[in-house]
Amino acid sequence: MMVDLSVIAAATPFLLKGLWFTVQITLVGVTGGIIFGSLIAVARLSRNRLLSTLATAYVNLMRSIPLILVIFWVFFLVPWAIGWVTRSDRPVAVGASLTIFVTFVLFEAAYYAEIVRAGFRSISHGQYAACEALGLSKLHAYVYILFPQAIRNVLPILLTQTIVLFQDTSLVYVISATDLLGAATKIAQRDGRLVEMYLTVGVIYFLFCYAASQFVKRLQVRLAYGAR
Amino acid sequence: MSLLFETTPDGAGRYIDWILSGLGWTLSLALGAWTIALIVGTLVGVARTFRSGILPRLGRVYVETFRNIPLLVQMFFWYFVLPELLPVRLGMAIKQMDPPWGSFVPALICLGLFTAARIAEQVRAGVQALPAGQMQAASALGFSRAGMYRLILLPQAFRIILPTLTNEFMTIFKNTSVALTIGLVELTATAREINENTFRTFEAFGVVTIVYLVIALIAWQVMHRIERAARLPSLASGSARQ
Repeated sequence: MMVDLSVIAAATPFLLKGLWFTVQITLVGVTGGIIFGSLIAVARLSRNRLLSTLATAYVNLMRSIPLILVIFWVFFLVPWAIGWVTRSDRPVAVGASLTIFVTFVLFEAAYYAEIVRAGFRSISHGQYAACEALGLSKLHAYVYILFPQAIRNVLPILLTQTIVLFQDTSLVYVISATDLLGAATKIAQRDGRLVEMYLTVGVIYFLFCYAASQFVKRLQVRLAYGAR
Repeated sequence: MSLLFETTPDGAGRYIDWILSGLGWTLSLALGAWTIALIVGTLVGVARTFRSGILPRLGRVYVETFRNIPLLVQMFFWYFVLPELLPVRLGMAIKQMDPPWGSFVPALICLGLFTAARIAEQVRAGVQALPAGQMQAASALGFSRAGMYRLILLPQAFRIILPTLTNEFMTIFKNTSVALTIGLVELTATAREINENTFRTFEAFGVVTIVYLVIALIAWQVMHRIERAARLPSLASGSARQ
């Protein structure tokens, strides 16, 4: 079978549109995931037993089930939940992109929470004690003193997880969304050009992830020097 | 949960039979792929620790390729693309494999080689974490390179990386769900099918979610036991005795 490059050229605008959606999911997932994940991490470290148990249960649940299953859960649940909130008689139809954004924030938060928690635990106890001694409120202590240090300590791992997230976005294929892979699939099936399309997206994903992982590697070296 | 014991539309059994069949495919795929991943991953990981020659470079290409492309895209590669690139008769033979083998075999190869890249990185890190004296002592004692890795370096390296291997082992069960995209009716696909047949979303997905939780728990237990059984007094604190 011959690989036909003109097929790829013709598909480029549509693929770029798909890529943009992939990037959007990643950005929403990172931002929402780190914010929600940090709250979970703080909850897990809290002295309130109920709060820390709930947070632990959430993290363990999310980390034990496949992302595809979570996508299905949210896909079927969100319309129903919105229907319940708005007191509508039947489930309210929502767009696929909203479903996807919600899924990725909920799912990735569990993974980010574990990383941020490791960050908090890497800070020396003196920092916590000093915050208390200075009379900082819990909120101020976390926002100004603890969180910035925690994040810096685990920055490379956070970024690596973000590369994983970027790759995971391809799974929205299961609800027929048009991300990079979804766009390629739609063209591949329309034109019967599976080989060209799947090889192309493979190369695109590779270039993005390879460049990002090389950047993380360099950052790691820099941070290691800074810590000395 | 009464759903489980209701008769399926084809009248051949109950929904619990579907779940059990899905579970069977999930487990066979995960354990089969894990075996491939351990073997290939160890070989590639060892190759990456060599000081010179072409092998460490090939190992790096392998790891970078398989780690930087999403699993789903790799799945499509093995299922859709590879048969087209092979000689026509071989490609046809692959495409005409009977279901479910037509999707199981590509999924097995895909998941095995994907996980191997991740294990290779851990094996490499484990070997490189050992003090240089271990390798020097082994060569001083006249071990061949193969013997040195098999008897001295790898047994220690595997003990160091057991916690991360546990993580990987639990991940492989979750990753089997990606095989539903190429038509393997494993657990998650089963939930979707039951939902499509009954519209009882909560029960269908609820049962499968619980099954995944139990799998995760068992997988963790198994690895935890291996970790305990493999512990050496001298490595008990996680570092070699000074």
